[in-house]
Amino acid sequence: MKTTAKIENIVGTVWKFGSNIDTDQIIPAEYLTTGNHIELGRHAFEKSRPGFVKDVKVGDILVADDNFGCGSSREHAPRALLGIGISCVVAKSFARIFFRNAINIGLPIVECNLRVNETDKINIDLVKGTITNLNDNNMFNFKPLPNFLLELLKSDGLVGYTKRSLNRVDI
Amino acid sequence: MNISEKILAKSSKKVKVEPGEIVEAEIDYVMLNDVTGLPAFEVFDTFGVQPIQEKVVLIPDHYVPAKDVASAEQAKAMREFAKKYSIKNYFEVGNSGICHQLMIENGFAAPGRLIIGADSHTCSYGALGSFSTGVGSTEAASAMALGKLWFRVPETQKFIVNGNLPSYVMGKDVILNIIGDIGVDGALYKSMEFHGTTLKSMPLSDRITIANMAIEAGGKAGVFSPDDTVFNYLDGRVKGDYNPIYPDKNAEYIDTFEYQAEDLIPTVAKPSLPENISPASELANLTIDQAYLGSCTNGRIEDLRLAAGILSGRKIHNNVRMIVVPASKEVFNQAIKEGLVKTFLDSNAFVSGPTCGACLGGYMGVLAKGERCISSTNRNFVGRMGHQESEVYLANPAVVAASAVKGRITDPNEIL
Repeated sequence: MKTTAKIENIVGTVWKFGSNIDTDQIIPAEYLTTGNHIELGRHAFEKSRPGFVKDVKVGDILVADDNFGCGSSREHAPRALLGIGISCVVAKSFARIFFRNAINIGLPIVECNLRVNETDKINIDLVKGTITNLNDNNMFNFKPLPNFLLELLKSDGLVGYTKRSLNRVDI
Repeated sequence: MNISEKILAKSSKKVKVEPGEIVEAEIDYVMLNDVTGLPAFEVFDTFGVQPIQEKVVLIPDHYVPAKDVASAEQAKAMREFAKKYSIKNYFEVGNSGICHQLMIENGFAAPGRLIIGADSHTCSYGALGSFSTGVGSTEAASAMALGKLWFRVPETQKFIVNGNLPSYVMGKDVILNIIGDIGVDGALYKSMEFHGTTLKSMPLSDRITIANMAIEAGGKAGVFSPDDTVFNYLDGRVKGDYNPIYPDKNAEYIDTFEYQAEDLIPTVAKPSLPENISPASELANLTIDQAYLGSCTNGRIEDLRLAAGILSGRKIHNNVRMIVVPASKEVFNQAIKEGLVKTFLDSNAFVSGPTCGACLGGYMGVLAKGERCISSTNRNFVGRMGHQESEVYLANPAVVAASAVKGRITDPNEIL
């Protein structure tokens, strides 16, 4: 699956989550028998928020508090979110392996203390570092990711990076 | 520079690195398990190259021996990947164990090395002075092809523990108290560096427990200064040469936390986060259904000895099943030699070969609705070991064994 991510003008509807959403909640361990985004997506938040996958729409955005994605290193967690079409995850902070995994597979993430409500529509620009709430035009700023990471997101994640590195003679 | 900065600088061929900087660093080893392996192999095969064989270590441990057809397929994918690319560091069931224990026993982990693993508890090898950290499957695949990976140089927190630990207080209690203080995100993106007289005199197994749970505070790594305890352990085990790395006298830390060992007591982390700590003695009214001794956190021979010492001449409580899972074949063998396995069996504990199974609610000890488990493992998240309404209480091996005897959460000092 090619995972070139949109990093500007990400528009979607908000789903709110709390703090310390661990990867066991995002994708329970019993479903770790495939790496397929779509199959994993079918079980996203299955135990912790039953019915979520029925209601979520392609392009929707998750907005969480602190330490999103803590726990296991399973890349299956961000893959499951890509599988159900999540376009961006915004959190006050992320667990670091989730942070890495998301960028490496091309799932845009933003660290920002965002005050919005569930079902609000927001517009995110990872390059400028802005989030606009389209319901009330409130704007939030965040420190954009370093260029190296934005490039990874834009160009097929670490897979694209690795392929380009392998083809470069100076590597 | 501190230990983490020095290892990242050396591995990225730089004289100096600073927190926040992104470096591309040469890795010494990349380890994968049966769960994270398959997605990595699928990604790797799209690169169309050979892996850097000597850097790759493949250890099936989560769902082996296979629990069902799907997990059998995953294990098969790893076996076939090893064969296809002639990777000699592949550990088949029967000659294997929990991946982090094997990485240490087989001398992959050593001072000064930069090691990544597609498993969050890869931070365990910091106990030997490695900078080791958990990564995802895609980055493991990339590292197999390139032999390097990007890292953000972390800020480092310094933890100093001085003094003598009271009876039945272990490395587990040290790290649970640290996590209790700073929270499950208290070390987010950061490296934790451990110092002090307590840790200096602590056996390697307890240091591994501490480094292992750095991730439960959100840490990127948990690192110790290597000493004779480490060098002696590695003698005859280590693969290749290694260069111990120590912090500079003027090394910078963003925070320093100090503890006095005498203040610590047997500690339990209540559901559903490892930061939710309480003295074991204050939970004595909580009955348990299961007691679990094992995992990369506390499944070593020292842990089994301690538990067997408590179980010797006693029986597991009628309302409790106790499950003992040595972390590796080497540990299992040693436990048999020392008579520990007989002690466990005589006390009515169930003993199995090494697997991660129950720790992550996979198999070999999954909890039913409403059941409560005292466990020597590292996570007590909602539903971690089974049903959403089951409960996991984290503790050291002595608390696990004492609780198994009494049928309720028990500070070992109460019965001994």
